[in-house]
Amino acid sequence: MLGKLTVDALPFYSAIAMGGAAVTVLGGLAALALILWLGLRYVWSEWLTSVDHKRIGIMYVMLASVMLLRGFADAIMMRAQQAIALNSDGYLPPGHFDQVFSSHGTIMIFFVAMPFLTGLMNIVMPQQIGARDVSFPVMNSISLWFTAAGAALVLISLVIGKFSTAGWTGYPPYSGIEYSPDVGTDYWIWALLIAGVGSTLTGINFVTTIAKRRAPGMTLMRMPLFTWTSLCTSLLMVFAFPALTVAAALLALDRLFGMHFFTNEAGGNMMNYINLLWIWGHPEVYILILPAFGVYSEVTATFARKRLFGYASLVYATMAIAFLSFTVWLHHFFTMGSSANVNAFFGITTMIIAVPTGVKIFDWLLTMYHGRLWMTAPMYWTVGFIVTFVIGGMTGVLLAVPPVDYLMHNTTFLIAHFHNMLIPGALFGYFAGYMYWFPKAFGFTLDERWGIRAFWFWLIGFWFAFMPLYALGFLGMPRRMEQYNVAEWQPYLILAAFGAVLIAGGIACQIMQLVVSTQSRQATLDLTGDPWGGRTLEWLTASPPAPYNFAVVPEVHDLDAFHEMKRHGVAYQRPAHYTDIFVPRNTAIGVIIGGFAFVLGFAMVWHIWWLAIVAGLVILITLAARSFDDDTEYRMTAAEIEAIEDQRWQVMAKAPRRAWDRAPVAQDQPVPRGAT
Amino acid sequence: MIDKSRRSQFLACAKRWLQPALLLGLVLMVSGCGLTQAPVLDPKGPITLVERDLLFTAFGLMLIVVIPVFIMAFIFVWWYRPASTHDIYDPDWGYSVWMDALVWSVPALIVIVLGTFVWDYTHRLDPYKGINSAKPPLEVQVVAQDWKWLFLYPEQDVAVVNELVFPSGRPLSLKITSDTVMNSFMIPTLGGQIYAMAGMETRLHLLADKPGQFAGRNMQYSGSGFANQYFTAIAMSDQDFEAWVAKVKQSANRLDTASYEQLVKPSQRHPVTYYGTFEPDLFARIIAQYAPAGTGAMPAGQAQAASH
Repeated sequence: MLGKLTVDALPFYSAIAMGGAAVTVLGGLAALALILWLGLRYVWSEWLTSVDHKRIGIMYVMLASVMLLRGFADAIMMRAQQAIALNSDGYLPPGHFDQVFSSHGTIMIFFVAMPFLTGLMNIVMPQQIGARDVSFPVMNSISLWFTAAGAALVLISLVIGKFSTAGWTGYPPYSGIEYSPDVGTDYWIWALLIAGVGSTLTGINFVTTIAKRRAPGMTLMRMPLFTWTSLCTSLLMVFAFPALTVAAALLALDRLFGMHFFTNEAGGNMMNYINLLWIWGHPEVYILILPAFGVYSEVTATFARKRLFGYASLVYATMAIAFLSFTVWLHHFFTMGSSANVNAFFGITTMIIAVPTGVKIFDWLLTMYHGRLWMTAPMYWTVGFIVTFVIGGMTGVLLAVPPVDYLMHNTTFLIAHFHNMLIPGALFGYFAGYMYWFPKAFGFTLDERWGIRAFWFWLIGFWFAFMPLYALGFLGMPRRMEQYNVAEWQPYLILAAFGAVLIAGGIACQIMQLVVSTQSRQATLDLTGDPWGGRTLEWLTASPPAPYNFAVVPEVHDLDAFHEMKRHGVAYQRPAHYTDIFVPRNTAIGVIIGGFAFVLGFAMVWHIWWLAIVAGLVILITLAARSFDDDTEYRMTAAEIEAIEDQRWQVMAKAPRRAWDRAPVAQDQPVPRGAT
Repeated sequence: MIDKSRRSQFLACAKRWLQPALLLGLVLMVSGCGLTQAPVLDPKGPITLVERDLLFTAFGLMLIVVIPVFIMAFIFVWWYRPASTHDIYDPDWGYSVWMDALVWSVPALIVIVLGTFVWDYTHRLDPYKGINSAKPPLEVQVVAQDWKWLFLYPEQDVAVVNELVFPSGRPLSLKITSDTVMNSFMIPTLGGQIYAMAGMETRLHLLADKPGQFAGRNMQYSGSGFANQYFTAIAMSDQDFEAWVAKVKQSANRLDTASYEQLVKPSQRHPVTYYGTFEPDLFARIIAQYAPAGTGAMPAGQAQAASH
């Protein structure tokens, strides 16, 4: 009846595992309490079932934030273990340490970075192209709930059963049934499969949206850089994620049905898995980092109060990176014994990617050149990114030299390198985007002081946490060591642990920022919709935007469309009349499909076949039933819209001068016309 | 090892002025952190030495980009900060063909130079390629097990667990496989790593300049005993090596099918163990046991990895 699931699956075997389970359960209860406090009906009908891209985006970012706390808890556990585990077992036994590093990587990639960037794209991209919604709003909701289902599987593995010990890459044959017989790897596989489908759907949705939903006049070469990077990221999602889905599915077949795709014997070959994984895995790096590059582009232009330097170059560089990202996957395993020709080829293609990346860095710097910098928190993250990211870029080129990689592969040097890419490169960008677009999403700005404090903690913490790991690479320390007997390593590991503590301080500052800003929000309301003197169309809408974003779809005549509108004095013209707008109805289909995808995954992990079949059928029936539903939109009448818009004009007319009015471009102030 | 082509001359020339400057800078940096004894930075054999120098060269070339980025970032933030008196403000300046050409061409030129290095040195340092030497290489077969290393000496007919002994000044030719999950064999101070994979054979060539003891280990996570999966590599003079072989040969242990079955079982911190003799085709049989039933041949993927 319950497959392999017995009471032994509960974590009574170790106090630390029990603690983790308790925290997870308490976290779940706290979330439930929050929902009840807000009102179950409100949360259900306004948020969980919402198909509004802005709300879906906010929920993605909330998911990412919660999972960031979990992933960071893993990180600080590892740093603590390694700081004390010289000639000692430390406090984590091997079987537990292995789960910690596996879940850290899995969570940070799939359930922090992916939902964070998907959330930002959801909130911002449709507004930047002057669209009222994404092309497939319901599919958007389904994508969100697939991602949430994957995250829930990872979380519940802490309470029921164990998580994978095979690392976030899950290399066979170690991840095969012979060497990893327990359910951990299955949790990992099903979390990835379900979330991966969500990402593929997101990619399809966003590519279609950008292709079909741009406002009149917004040619491709007038799209804001963040939209360009969203397009490239979405294309990569569409083309790369199927490779991961196939790799994970074949591994599942090996494990479930004794097949031999990747086993040692009977003709299996794990080299095929490693190739498939990285054919997804390298584009994935750019999926994570390109949206951040988009954020940096927007932030730099806005806060340098200046046109972006080399727009065309940045676009071509982005496209070049997206294309080249499919040509470099083998550099993740130069040490597999490929011929010198093969290794040299992939080494050189990898270095070629450094060229467009370097171009981007210089273009951002030249955007600041002859500008007037307004040093807000998003700008701090951006400058911190530039000076730290180049270090990671440099070590990346070093690792792209195959003979150097033979020395540094699998050492902590590699760990330092990719964290150097993903923390300053991607995460700082997401934080910059979060602080930049927060007023757009919620209608009030975040506290600058706590934002800048968070930045310094994160930046200094990063340097302390990862520069020692570069050094440890030269000292020959492998990754994933739960204890060691080399005394020279310990001082560096203690420094790294100190860095992790500083990063914890950064996270604490971010929580404080949220609390302080929420409490004082009446003083920081964004009444104009344009708190920073923005240049792109998302700043034309109200903060937070009406469900339809734009009452009248704007016409675009130039790059930096909104900036040009303000300059020509046409940004705030009240239209003579409004027309009806059809808005998609909220629907529970996303929650139902995501919920049963979770049940399906859980049933497959524990071999509860009947439940898996039931869950699969429910998903199919829900989809089929939806296809018979013709009543998927409702009409907002012109009168309703006029009421909403007139209220906005009134608020805007009364808006006090904002901080950015002190910035140099005086003629950019919003002067509402036709306001009554 | 060094051919006298024009390209090599160019590379040698480029390295001549680049390396001393870099070495000086790096030595200053590194010695401050007590890294001078680091296995990778203080190599004991020619392979790691060349690989390390290549790392320094690439590092130096990259500084051509990194240093200007640092300078520009700090200077621009200072010049154009809100309180600045810098009165140039050019809000519509967004393109300069010269700047554009510069930011594309400088990184591109660096990559062209580095790419030439990559092509050249990846071929020179191909781990499958033998090391030129007056002395014939010593062949050792390496088997990764959970969680230990087995070394088979076919010429000497001895086998050792968790200790790799070989003469210094004589190339070491390793044939590597795994009788468990994927491992990665590495002695950092002598050379780079290569994966050990079941059913397949990979190759690695190393050379120690002088006698000495070096740490070697598995670099690829392989399960709960991974952290303890290390061994000692000992380079000794020819005479000492002969004496060592004679000592091992006196061991009464014999590595036959039965004792191999015992050995291959997962174990941690396995003591150094000597076997006075072993079954001659043991290494080939360890690989062949993973061949698909009935074929008797290596599957395609295996041939690919072994065909170098």
